[in-house]
Amino acid sequence: MSPVVELEHVHVQLGGRPILVDISLALDAGAFSVLLGPNGAGKSTLLKLLLGLLPPATGTVRVLGRPPRRGNPAIGYAPQHRELEADLALRARDVVGFGLDGHRWGLGWPSRARTATIDRALEEVGATAFADAPIGQLSGGEQQRLLIAQALLTNPRLLLLDEPLANLDLAYQQEMVRLIAAVCHLRQVTVILVAHDINPLLPVTDCVIYLANGRSAIGPPAAVITSATLSQLYDAPVEVVEALGRVFVVGVET
Amino acid sequence: MFEPFQYAFLQNALLAGSAVAVVAAVVGYFLILRGLTFAGHALGHIGFAGAAGAVLLQVDPLYGLLAFTLTAAVGIGLLGQEIRERDITIGIIMMLMLGLGLLFLSLYAGYAERAYSILFGTILGISQHDVLVTGLFSLLTLGVLGGLWRPLLFSSVDPEVAKARGVPVRRLRVLFLVLVAITVSVAVQVVGILLIFTLLVGPPATAVRLARTPGRALGLAVTLGLAYTWLGILLAANSPWPASFFIAALSFGVYLPVRLLALGWARRRPAPPALGVKVESEHPVGS
Amino acid sequence: MSLLDLLNQDFARNALLAGAIVAVVSAVVGYFVVLRAQAFAAHALSHIGFAGATGAALLHLDALVGMFALTLLAAAGMGSLGARIRGRDVEIGMVLSLALGLGVLFLSLYTNSASETVGVLFGSILSVTPRAVQITLITGAGILIGLGIIWRPLLFASIDPEVARARGVPVRALGVVFLLLLALAVAQAIQVVGVLLLFALLVAPAATAAQLVRRPFATVGLAIALSLAWTWGGLLLAFTSRWPVSFAIAALAGCAYFAAGGIRRWRVPRRYHAPPHPTREYP
Repeated sequence: MSPVVELEHVHVQLGGRPILVDISLALDAGAFSVLLGPNGAGKSTLLKLLLGLLPPATGTVRVLGRPPRRGNPAIGYAPQHRELEADLALRARDVVGFGLDGHRWGLGWPSRARTATIDRALEEVGATAFADAPIGQLSGGEQQRLLIAQALLTNPRLLLLDEPLANLDLAYQQEMVRLIAAVCHLRQVTVILVAHDINPLLPVTDCVIYLANGRSAIGPPAAVITSATLSQLYDAPVEVVEALGRVFVVGVET
Repeated sequence: MFEPFQYAFLQNALLAGSAVAVVAAVVGYFLILRGLTFAGHALGHIGFAGAAGAVLLQVDPLYGLLAFTLTAAVGIGLLGQEIRERDITIGIIMMLMLGLGLLFLSLYAGYAERAYSILFGTILGISQHDVLVTGLFSLLTLGVLGGLWRPLLFSSVDPEVAKARGVPVRRLRVLFLVLVAITVSVAVQVVGILLIFTLLVGPPATAVRLARTPGRALGLAVTLGLAYTWLGILLAANSPWPASFFIAALSFGVYLPVRLLALGWARRRPAPPALGVKVESEHPVGS
Repeated sequence: MSLLDLLNQDFARNALLAGAIVAVVSAVVGYFVVLRAQAFAAHALSHIGFAGATGAALLHLDALVGMFALTLLAAAGMGSLGARIRGRDVEIGMVLSLALGLGVLFLSLYTNSASETVGVLFGSILSVTPRAVQITLITGAGILIGLGIIWRPLLFASIDPEVARARGVPVRALGVVFLLLLALAVAQAIQVVGVLLLFALLVAPAATAAQLVRRPFATVGLAIALSLAWTWGGLLLAFTSRWPVSFAIAALAGCAYFAAGGIRRWRVPRRYHAPPHPTREYP
């Protein structure tokens, strides 16, 4: 089985500045990986690379065996929480529906099959209760579910989630993690999830991609989230402390 | 060279024009800061109906302007909704008022002259009485703004924090719009309704692209506003066109190059040195 | 003469026909104007169109051609500067005022007639020629077909530009295309309601519908119905009274907008019940 995502010695530059330096990684189907690192470290850049929105300066990138291209239906993407006005005249299911055919030309008359597909996706993320509510009035957690439903509509093989746990309280975070993990295992979808805190995700994470200081550390959590690895990454003393059943990274911004 | 300044009509025009230019520059600065320039534009149009109605009732147009703009200002201030709905709501109110003004216009023939003067200003025909009234209103507005300077700046830049600090943000908003209404009403005499934006927003918009601190931006805005107004009045005195044309031309003529060239403080940060060291790590596993 | 006799006159028929076409087109384009919060851009385009029309007349060219040409040019310019209107209201306002000033300058150089000025500023549907009706029909059809083709991706890009871009939707190009279609719609609408009352057709019906209905197609449908009602209603009012046409249309459109706002506030919102907060795993 060839890997779903492959990077070989990839360098990415933005505005002349190197953002990603000599990154190599391989992710198989169904791998749950978490992308960590401080702001500006290149997490969004890596996602854009896989989405085909940015070319690598050097190195090879392969998504499902091919170079990345824009509009690849095999990739589901949920951006960071978006700001929508409260009185936007669209229902939740209308916005979710974009994920299915929003990119196709023409009017797109509603059909029973289409509605059924959207209903299934909404059910999978537990959003059926508020499918007809005006989207602007839904809470952050509810909107996050809709973003994931939208990303799942084309039955993707790769799911890219940009900070889906931000702005959620702890209980909702755990629920969201359970949901994403379930999707990952049921559909055997490779997940790359951007986060700032590894803790809610530790139980389900197969691989950590840690970007900091222009460098990267990639591997299972136990190997990457250690004092030694992170100190080398940040080029500064970093302590990783395990306490109260959680992992604390002390000394730097995560 | 100083001969023209002996004419009374010119003296009146320059006095009233100066008062308006100063107030407009200061008020316009805050309009930009608060993102309310559309509202400023709208108040002018709303004033049109008021002025048209006032002439209908054979009253000084200024009072019609004040009545309508003050009411509208309080309304807009109390609305307090998010930008998108506010833009549309204000736009539709504006449209209704213009339609109303049109109705008044159409009811009486030979009205076009007065309408033209409301639309484009009559600064060269301003009377001494009007100069006095204009001066008083300008002084009043500037006085209130001077007293409110700090809380207004605070609530314009950081409304959430200001509210937490006890600044009466809502009341300030209404009060500020009232001041805008007064400014617009007196400014209409100089530039008329259609070109009010160029005197109200033009100088401060130019100034904020050139100056770094609020104080310097204000000073520059006032200077520019005075310059445009004086030049506009002097140029118009010798031509068949209203002063507002020249003021608008100067305002835009200076704004455009500044806007295109002075991209100002968005300079590039120097790039940090490249780091090519890779950390040794195992390759990831699939599930 | 009775109303029926009046309606049999050529000018009345042309007015009703042209009005209907413009009403439908404006409602559909207006839906996106409201969605994309580009009302101010529409406003600016109308003022620029005014300068184009009067400038063309001054140069002894067809005013209609001048209007179309300049609004298209302006739309292309706006599009290339970046479709984000929020935060650009200062620039737009300045251009708006300049265009208006220039337009009136050209007009005053071209004619001393106040009524012509009023005609361009406030609409002249009652003197629309059969040729203008034809042009309106052709451009109207073109705008609707164009919008029909880009409908889905435009809607997607307007609501969710980030995901749309990731899906391969040409967000920026669509923005430019929409502005061009908007420019054409603006030029059309000016004939009916004039420069200063543009919102009556281009913004008010769509904004009214958006307050009452949620689904995209239903919103557009309602907007079209309202727009037609105000246009024909306004024309009929003008035929049977001394009111100017554009005032009547504007009054109907504006009052309806506020009435819809009132209805929306008064109607008890159907609340859905949010799922209960999940219990925490550990205290």
